[in-house]
Amino acid sequence: MRTDKPISTIIFSLAALAFLSASPFVLPVYWTLILTEILIMGLFAMSFNLLLGYTGLLSFGQAGFFGVGAYATALLISRGGNSLFLCLLISLSSGAAAAGVIGYFCVRRDEIYFAMITLAFGMMLFTVAHSWIKLTGGSDGLPLMSIPSVRMFGIEFSLFNPTNMFLFVLSVTSACILFLWRLVRSPFGLMLTAIRENKQRLSFVGAGVQNLRLAAFVIAGALAGVAGGLFSLFNSMATPDFMHWGFSARPVLMTILGGSNIFFGPMLGAAVFFGLEQVITNITENWMIFLGLILTPVVIFFPRGILGTLVHYLFKKKKIKP
Amino acid sequence: MQVERWQHERAFDFARRKAAGKVKPPALQMAADPGPGRGSGPIYDLRLKVAVESFIINLLNGLSWGMLLFLISVGLTIRIIWGPGYHVVDPPAILSGVFSIFNQTYPVYRVFLVVAGPLIGLALWSFFQLTRWGKIIRAAAVDREMAEGIGIRVPILFTAVFALGTWLAAIGGALAAPHQSLAPSMGERIIIESFIVVVSGGMGSFPGAFVGALALGLFESFGTVFLGSAQMAVPYILLATVLLIRPHGFFGREL
Repeated sequence: MRTDKPISTIIFSLAALAFLSASPFVLPVYWTLILTEILIMGLFAMSFNLLLGYTGLLSFGQAGFFGVGAYATALLISRGGNSLFLCLLISLSSGAAAAGVIGYFCVRRDEIYFAMITLAFGMMLFTVAHSWIKLTGGSDGLPLMSIPSVRMFGIEFSLFNPTNMFLFVLSVTSACILFLWRLVRSPFGLMLTAIRENKQRLSFVGAGVQNLRLAAFVIAGALAGVAGGLFSLFNSMATPDFMHWGFSARPVLMTILGGSNIFFGPMLGAAVFFGLEQVITNITENWMIFLGLILTPVVIFFPRGILGTLVHYLFKKKKIKP
Repeated sequence: MQVERWQHERAFDFARRKAAGKVKPPALQMAADPGPGRGSGPIYDLRLKVAVESFIINLLNGLSWGMLLFLISVGLTIRIIWGPGYHVVDPPAILSGVFSIFNQTYPVYRVFLVVAGPLIGLALWSFFQLTRWGKIIRAAAVDREMAEGIGIRVPILFTAVFALGTWLAAIGGALAAPHQSLAPSMGERIIIESFIVVVSGGMGSFPGAFVGALALGLFESFGTVFLGSAQMAVPYILLATVLLIRPHGFFGREL
């Protein structure tokens, strides 16, 4: 059940895009950094939501692919790579490759078993990053000494400038979101929704449920890899923490917060998550308790999530009576 | 073509379910649906009742998100009250000290744990297998709708089971306190370990949980000796291997 209307979502996202492109020239630098982080984590959460919201698979190892992407970019740059395009391409393909191998074993399981087995594989990736000190630097992480610049129209834009970084992240994120938008509306995307709704019925009509699930898993892994690559560029650092299950819980929280049944839900969830963190950390360091206090009623009384509930009340006032 | 046909089917299915008042978002659906063939419609009608009750019902719907988040909030309360640092607890005087066996010294408290663990497990198993209450709980877990049909008040029953589970977890924590150092983050590790134990042992199986816990403990100990820095992955390798070979754990029922 999708609650968003295509036309209003397109208008909304174009407006948001215009608004966001202008924002770094208006907002203080600090908030530009926060917005960049929100965009990256939002992309991560949306890649996760392709699995949860559309395919009905709860992956608890999504951070593994995020981390693989982050390390791919960090390793390439520390080995002297100097092309952003290549960085993102490597992050994307390594995330997809890792998801392909792991997904092959995972997609045959359902619900809690799927969640547990993805958790297991994600933590194995974490252990590799944590223990293979020669390659990854262990728990110290892998710092990025330099960040390649964007060359456009013959001018070089340094990504050390927060505004340039934000615009770069915005363009990559928008491209990925556009891809996701096309994807979930394609016949393939409908098949994924069909798996969520009734996978038995779908396999009766002749669709290969496991292969479709694997494809969704690989795409989600690839996009998580891109988000990871962006995050390591943004942080100038890749650490094993990116792969820990605690990091996998973040997109879950964001998706539940924003709403898993609506396309932009996870992105709004990310915005609320980091916005709350910023606002509440000023008051107390234990900001997670407020997150818990807000999340619990959202889960219980507004299972559509914040954006899902808003859209539902704004656009679907006439309720269908049971 | 396939998709078009399916879309039609889905619209049909959707309308039918909507008419039956059973349309739910997938996150809740996943948490609420205990398995194929077991509907959970009536539970949702209850939601309009009292807010508190619906809160508890949702908490108890398997591994619902609310529960997890609620527990995270509880964990953070602990952090606020007792601070983020480590604490050390001494065992009671009667259980402190060591005794020697075969020229090796061994702490008394560990022996006490070795005895107390299986005893509590056995007591719990007898409660579920031999008493009337245990039977009622098992019946409600197997077929919720049917249990409600014969007059068992499942929501209240599950609240009690949840309380029992919490009580047991607290006992476990109290027993573990002198054995390891206390910190607000200790729950983070134990929750994953208990997930691994329960899922690899087989959900809803006491022998499974026992065997799973033993296996996890042994693998971790030997992993520390033989595998060095890779031992961190041992519990996860165990979990993945078990789930790949037996999808529902050692003792899990194959559905």
